[in-house]
Amino acid sequence: MSPSGQDIWVYAEHQRGVLSSVTYELLGKARELAGALGGRAVAVLLGDGVHPLTATLGAADIVIAVEAPSLAEFTPQAHAAVLRALAQSRAPRLLLFGATSSGMDLASLLAGSLRIPLIVNCKTLTAEGGRVVATSQLCGGKLLCEADTGDGPAVVTVISGAFPAEQGVSDRTPQVEVVPLPVALDTVRMRVTRLLEPAPGDVDIAKAPVLVAVGRGIQRADNLPMAEELAAALGGTVCGSRPVVDQGWLPLSRQVGKSGMIVKPRLYFALGISGAPEHVEGMKDADLIIAVNSDAQAPIFSVADYGVVVDMFELLPALTQELGSRKTAAA
Amino acid sequence: MNIAVLLNMVPDLVEELEIDASGTALDTQWMRYVLNESDEHALEQALLLKDRHGARVTVLALDYGEVEDTLFSALAKGADEAVKLAGLSEAPSKRAAAAAFKTALSGMACDLVLTGVYAIDDQDGHTAGLLAGLMDLPFVGVTRSVEPADGKVLVQKEYAGGLAAEIEVSLPAVIGVLSAPQPPRYVPVAKIRETRKTRKLTEQDITGAESLPGPTIRRMFKPEAAEHAQMLEGSPEDVAKQIVMILAERGLVP
Amino acid sequence: MAMGETQDVARGGDAHAQLFFGSQRDWQQAFNPCIQCGMCSGACPLAFAMDYTPRRAIYMAREGLLDPILQSNTLWLCVSCYNCTARCPTGLKITDIFFPALRDAAINAGLKLPSEFKRALDNTYRYGNSLGEGPRKRIEWTKGAGVPVPIASQLRRPFDVLWLVECYPSYHPRNIVQSQAMARVLHALGVDFAILGPEERCVGDCERLSGEKGLFESLVEYNASLFDKYEYGQIITSDPHAYNSLTRVYPEFGKSYPVKHYVQFLAERLDALKPLLRHPVDARVTYHDNCCLGRMCGLYAAPRDLLRAIPGVSLVEMAFARENAMCCGGGGGGMWLDTVISQAAGERLSDRRVGHALATGAGILAVSCPFETSRFEDSLKSTGHESQMVVRDILELLDASMHGREGAAV
Repeated sequence: MSPSGQDIWVYAEHQRGVLSSVTYELLGKARELAGALGGRAVAVLLGDGVHPLTATLGAADIVIAVEAPSLAEFTPQAHAAVLRALAQSRAPRLLLFGATSSGMDLASLLAGSLRIPLIVNCKTLTAEGGRVVATSQLCGGKLLCEADTGDGPAVVTVISGAFPAEQGVSDRTPQVEVVPLPVALDTVRMRVTRLLEPAPGDVDIAKAPVLVAVGRGIQRADNLPMAEELAAALGGTVCGSRPVVDQGWLPLSRQVGKSGMIVKPRLYFALGISGAPEHVEGMKDADLIIAVNSDAQAPIFSVADYGVVVDMFELLPALTQELGSRKTAAA
Repeated sequence: MNIAVLLNMVPDLVEELEIDASGTALDTQWMRYVLNESDEHALEQALLLKDRHGARVTVLALDYGEVEDTLFSALAKGADEAVKLAGLSEAPSKRAAAAAFKTALSGMACDLVLTGVYAIDDQDGHTAGLLAGLMDLPFVGVTRSVEPADGKVLVQKEYAGGLAAEIEVSLPAVIGVLSAPQPPRYVPVAKIRETRKTRKLTEQDITGAESLPGPTIRRMFKPEAAEHAQMLEGSPEDVAKQIVMILAERGLVP
Repeated sequence: MAMGETQDVARGGDAHAQLFFGSQRDWQQAFNPCIQCGMCSGACPLAFAMDYTPRRAIYMAREGLLDPILQSNTLWLCVSCYNCTARCPTGLKITDIFFPALRDAAINAGLKLPSEFKRALDNTYRYGNSLGEGPRKRIEWTKGAGVPVPIASQLRRPFDVLWLVECYPSYHPRNIVQSQAMARVLHALGVDFAILGPEERCVGDCERLSGEKGLFESLVEYNASLFDKYEYGQIITSDPHAYNSLTRVYPEFGKSYPVKHYVQFLAERLDALKPLLRHPVDARVTYHDNCCLGRMCGLYAAPRDLLRAIPGVSLVEMAFARENAMCCGGGGGGMWLDTVISQAAGERLSDRRVGHALATGAGILAVSCPFETSRFEDSLKSTGHESQMVVRDILELLDASMHGREGAAV
């Protein structure tokens, strides 16, 4: 590929007419990197009838929009083909993707087909005197790897939530370059036949990004709604340790631990859970563990990242309220 | 249908990970390897296709990290053939693995390549997608099921929030499996032992696989591990504010 | 196989070697001697929750109706308490042969196994212990013992006692303190002992009873060659399950090793031990007879002798003692089938058992099996009685009496 310029591209991920939070997280970082390198932050938006979305991409210096009916439903092959053609002709320094279902597919396909470097699962991306250095998270967070992305073009995937979304939000109207399909998509050998909604009824806690876990400290089934409110405020799901399930306060599908599910959510809120080894086995690999227990000696505090020794019935209402008022302020 | 399942060994996290003297790689002296979890699901997905639709399953693995036990175990589970790919000096990067598999697959007539969509030690990419890019084959990753449909396959690709898309893919294709419709089957130890005595592994050489550019690793290190939680102090209202700030920093406040 | 031969097969002698190597038809024929009296079902603490009771399952199996049993919950509800075996009038080895054979059949038929059960077997195969902990971590506990704990491979000389620590006592937080106590007790008695350390792999009692015959065979082979590597006088263990398999099953594979459980070993040394028990443990203590040491091997006196030797201890017997003791529910894979069993039965056997203990008015429930400590402590918590009673291994009580408060968790 031709030597790259210094533009930082962000693949604008969207679903059902809404741009994902990760798009803004990446845009904020792209601005920062582009500024340091003397290039531009470019958002690349692919789809059909998605022009209205360009309005919110004001943090980008320019939005490249490619629209076609064949891009209406996301398929890795179609989107990768378009990105490949664009990247080949314009040679950005970096192409940023979220480490998401679509981001992962696209990043690997592009790097393989263009034979350019790829770094995945980044937590940090920094410009250092013309170089761009990425730190990836490996082995469930037990290992970090710092690498130089090279002179470009290179592909990077970034872990959701690594960068603040606010930095990528702007009410500025961006410059939009409408680009016709740069490559024929008749060679694309896949198509979406239908979309599948999540099944109603019980939740798979192993897939929930946020879990609010209750233990014996919840004391009674009637106290569960407090945990459910917190879970709702965090966009998460309630789960429990074995004793809670034994009592019948939660179904078996919500049990976390050695004899239940092993979970690795982004956030595990442990309420009134002592931290017996059988339970810890089920949640120790969560990205962030916050434990609340009235007993300062509870073993859970050796596993948690943050801990509070307090009566959970005093903390929960305060916490739910604080989250609520943040939401109102943001709206 | 001829299915190739690509298996990769990854560091077993049961033992403590150590960094080697160079500071840029893992110290492999005490390190043990285990089969990548999503590759195990890919194998299960392939075996289900064999059980239900009569596919032929060939498993391939690069020769490093106690791979023989994994290959015999796959045969014991029902794979038709197991191929050990020699020619590597050590555990490869993901791009090197993708290039090696490409070389191995170029000699095979295969309709479908199934492998795990990611691995815990991914740094320079995800083998599944890289391979598809190198071979210019259709690719869908993060799947939870693969079904045959009139000479093509119908896969379900998972997105966040429980949403999924059903995608029809023409063959030949590469699929990056996240999970199989059922958990990987158990194979009794007696069966693995018997398989070791009665079956043989096929050996193939992949020296001369394409060399691909990658990032330059400056250092590998372990994050500071805290022995105890950082305790938050103050009134419930104070603590609530502190917690929300911590969550906001990590993009966890919706 | 001649009629007489099949009767012997199920009753003992070569039973294990035959049934774990033989075909399925063998074990169906092996249970022809069953007279369908129902003693097994009557004695089984979980028969009430089984889809088919033991008696019924035996009848069905020998009539060739294996499939319905394999699809039922029956085979997953056995906790290897040996009550059925102890009472069978024709001496059939129901615990050691029938249930493991059912599980073996389920595994080989590719049936879906309870996930925790499968994980435990995978862990044992890979790491030599069902907890899935790394081999190097096996000696972590020795750091907090306060006395040297020699490792056989480093000792490089013959020694008197090979101490098989086993898996839960090496890895489980609640049992580690008991191993540390045992190390101190052995040290105080001047015993020349060594442990195997990272080389140690599970003896495999629970894996055997779980029906994983290939796994058990490989563990027998491994352990036999490991025990043969060193020169020592005798083997002792802190785990009744290891004691059970080493004493009664390994010899049937031609691997006989002289093993004692710590209760026997220490009871034999009571004269030397008694003067060291200086600090009183003023408590009413009741002892739970675990299934392996008790019903299967008849060791009732030794643990009681040890407890009575502790000054201040007032020993009381609970209901269903000795050969009638009620299992805690942890044996034969019970630790890995806990949720399956408790969901089917609506309660845990350990919940019922602590009820018997509490009824004695004792403040301490003494045990000698590592599974029991956490199971009974958990039951006391679940039944709301944790302030009334604590659970202590005999080792912890001996250690407390030897060293006072700093030596123990009392």
